[in-house]
Amino acid sequence: MDTKHLDRVVIRFVGDSGDGMQLTGTEFAKAAAEAGNDISTFPDFPAEIRAPAGSLFGVSGFQLHFSSSEIHTPGDAPDVLVAMNPAGLKTNLKDLVEGGTLIVNTGAFIEANLKKAGYASNPLEDGSLDKYKVHAVDINHLTMAALETSELSNKEKGRAKNFFSLGLVFWMYGREPESEIRRIYQQFAKKPEFGEANVKVFKAGYHFGETAEVFQTVYKVPAHVFKPGMYRNITGNEAIALGLVVGAELAGKKLFYSGYPITPASSILHSLAKYKNFGTLTFQAEDEIAAMGAALGAAYGGSIAVTASSGPGIALKGEAIGLGIMTELPVVILNIQRGGPSTGLPTKTEQSDLLQALYGRNGESPMPVLAAKSPGDTFYCAIEAVKIATRYMVPVMLLSDGYIANGSEPWPLPNLSALPRFEVVHRTNPDSYFVYERDERTLARAWVIPGTPGLEHRIGGIEKDALTGNISYAPDNHEKQTHVRADKIARIAQDIGELDLGGAESGDVLVIGWGGTYGALRQAQQQLAAQGKLVSHAHVRWLSPLEPGLAKIIKNFKRVIVAELNMGQLRMMIRATFLVDALGLNKIQGLPFKVREVVDAIEHAIEHQVDAKPTESTAVSTQPQALA
Amino acid sequence: MSEAVKLKLSKKDLESDQDVRWCPGCGDYAILATVQRTLAQIGIKRENTVFVSGIGCSSRFPYYMNTYGFHTIHGRAPAIASGLKVTRPDLDVWVITGDGDGLSIGGNHMIHALRRNMDFKIILFNNQIYGLTKGQYSPTSAMGTRAPSTPTGSIDHPLNPISLALGAGATFIARAADTDAKLMGVILQEAYKHKGAVFIEMLQNCPVFNDGVWEGVKDDPAGKQIALAEGKPLVFAGGTKGIKLGAGMVPQIVDVGDGPGQTPVSEIVVHTERGSALYASLLAQLVMPDYPIPMGVLYRNDKPTYGELAAQQVDDAIAKQGTGDLNKLMYSGMVWEVGADGTRH
Repeated sequence: MDTKHLDRVVIRFVGDSGDGMQLTGTEFAKAAAEAGNDISTFPDFPAEIRAPAGSLFGVSGFQLHFSSSEIHTPGDAPDVLVAMNPAGLKTNLKDLVEGGTLIVNTGAFIEANLKKAGYASNPLEDGSLDKYKVHAVDINHLTMAALETSELSNKEKGRAKNFFSLGLVFWMYGREPESEIRRIYQQFAKKPEFGEANVKVFKAGYHFGETAEVFQTVYKVPAHVFKPGMYRNITGNEAIALGLVVGAELAGKKLFYSGYPITPASSILHSLAKYKNFGTLTFQAEDEIAAMGAALGAAYGGSIAVTASSGPGIALKGEAIGLGIMTELPVVILNIQRGGPSTGLPTKTEQSDLLQALYGRNGESPMPVLAAKSPGDTFYCAIEAVKIATRYMVPVMLLSDGYIANGSEPWPLPNLSALPRFEVVHRTNPDSYFVYERDERTLARAWVIPGTPGLEHRIGGIEKDALTGNISYAPDNHEKQTHVRADKIARIAQDIGELDLGGAESGDVLVIGWGGTYGALRQAQQQLAAQGKLVSHAHVRWLSPLEPGLAKIIKNFKRVIVAELNMGQLRMMIRATFLVDALGLNKIQGLPFKVREVVDAIEHAIEHQVDAKPTESTAVSTQPQALA
Repeated sequence: MSEAVKLKLSKKDLESDQDVRWCPGCGDYAILATVQRTLAQIGIKRENTVFVSGIGCSSRFPYYMNTYGFHTIHGRAPAIASGLKVTRPDLDVWVITGDGDGLSIGGNHMIHALRRNMDFKIILFNNQIYGLTKGQYSPTSAMGTRAPSTPTGSIDHPLNPISLALGAGATFIARAADTDAKLMGVILQEAYKHKGAVFIEMLQNCPVFNDGVWEGVKDDPAGKQIALAEGKPLVFAGGTKGIKLGAGMVPQIVDVGDGPGQTPVSEIVVHTERGSALYASLLAQLVMPDYPIPMGVLYRNDKPTYGELAAQQVDDAIAKQGTGDLNKLMYSGMVWEVGADGTRH
């Protein structure tokens, strides 16, 4: 047996949406993390729960990047593709690197499946896979054989086949099978017969790798040298839920979370519903509007109130968000963005709700908006959102996206006792109380809650007097209130940290990004900087108010490229705010940026000094003026 | 201190300093006065009382109460009240809504608040018209209602608020009219005591856009309404007429008495607030012009409230798992340590 050392590997598992590819990928990611690799994952699945078997649109995939050095993305292209059926092969082969390893479940390559996948001939036989290292394994058959003595039905036995592929890749990458076997038993503790069968099949896959001659090379990806400390593997939605619980604790308040089921935000509600022993109340509302309304009611009562949704749900919440802005109540609204418009691409990622977040309400209704850059960063953003909402008495929108919500990474656990507290105080002094009297520094009104004697008052959505809060239709008062609501948001800039800048404060190209594209953009910048190119990357965390740090540096670069997964929404803001002729690097495919795409676009901008060039799969707008 | 030692609350204590902006002659004035008077009699704590409303004429109500008040957006008051009451069970929460606000744009929140048995009191002012938007027909308007939006008459069947509340699962359902301060006071007292979702249909006159729509009920209480009384037969018109159940459970109006052609009172349906939902549904079907309209408490039932159950789940979780430990929570799942050498331990 031969052992080969690699620095990093990108592997993708693909199969039917009922084939258990997400589980296989997640488990293999755990093994990589356990072995000390840096990891980044990218689950990519259809909106249909169990799409028709064998169909092209029903293919579910999970990509894992594991490495002995620091990584920021799930990898541009897989080095290894595990295809459980022809449809998976058909839709994913184009991404596999040339000469890459292909593990194919031949048992699924029957005529009916080939036909469904649109293959005229069997790719395993017609030579079309010659440029790859193909391992043809009849996983269907080997799974059934491993379970020959099992009393499960054939259908149930067949479902275990993903564990065969898991066992096989465990062998290929020298992973320790013992802890995985423990995890399988644990996961199926309530159905031990399934646990037993899955372990059998997992072992069969592992031993197949060991004995079949074709797998005589074991690849070792050595552990990454991390900073010392405690780590856990975490997805964006898990981290955001933890951040909310911790944020409420730092504010010294109870958390109330209301939501309506929507992809990809629902799992936050699932997590928080389990945290009842923290006093957290969760409320599955009858619709998105009610979820926002209930959050407002809870905020009015003095709770840390949070609601989450994705674009379509945020649209429904719009009027109630406006009420929160008018009545100046602290609510945190999470938008886990997905592809739009309308129902759009529910399970795919996009950054196309930025302008909705900034402007998607009637009237002049500014609100603070910040965006998380990675799964682990959602934790800190959630805390920051709670802090700003309560300090400035305003609804805050936190943007995440499907990519960081479902993707995972090793996360250095924070030292909770080191996080600064921001204890909330409710006014109780009834002397000379005016409902809209404001704090000098933050312009926030006092958060007076029902139950406080002597401070009974009325608030509502009608314009109100700038001091007393009584209904007022006076022209000057409305103008004053409109300005003060905007000024309050602008003042948040005083509590925003430093701009996240990779590279120097001046140079040839400044790439500006925001949200979940951080990993790809920063890696591209680092690659180019390593080649001596004068490229910097500013990653914007606060979009409203827009990071003050940008103003200081944006004119120091010959060229500004705004890279985002939309048609150029931040670019429009940048151009309008700074009057710079910013170029756009835009991709609207429901997929994250690849590092290669970003590098190509920047290089092109440097070479041609005119415009960023579209790569094969990304569209760089050549008509920025149309959007400005 | 004067507030705390004051023995008795008066109606005046519950009046806010705001100018009341309803049209002259609006039924809302009488409702406001009765609510203020009754809550003063009950001796509520002003600071623990919150009025939440949506949009519409009736929804201006909170501004005039010297309690906490939240004038929200169209139709959403039950949703906002839900978030408030679940997180603040110590507060008394009242929702003020109308037939357009509560049954049209906010119908969904209405049914779900009732279904969950949210522990707050919903008073729906039913004037069968949109007032604030200048007189369009509403979901409770009679068929054929001529309004700016229906110049040739409305063609949709009206919604029965009591049937809706029953179907949705309200646990206290009552009806009163703006002109009957006495009955309104009794119902408010009973509603205040009830734990769970209260639904009160308040028949209210809009003198500008739908004047006299409840005229029959008010001017001829003897003939057009049944004053519901616990354990008493459903009789009206001075006891001379009553409701008897015919074949197919069709309510029949009969002459009550022992003479020829009359029905003995023993055959008249007897009212009980804690009857079945089927009986309450029957009451809900008694609508004008075919029947006299039942006034009073139609239905009452005790069920755990959403808030109680939610709090119970929190208590249970704490009893079972112990008070939440944030460090433990953070360190759950797959956790590992990286040592000084940068590798995993």
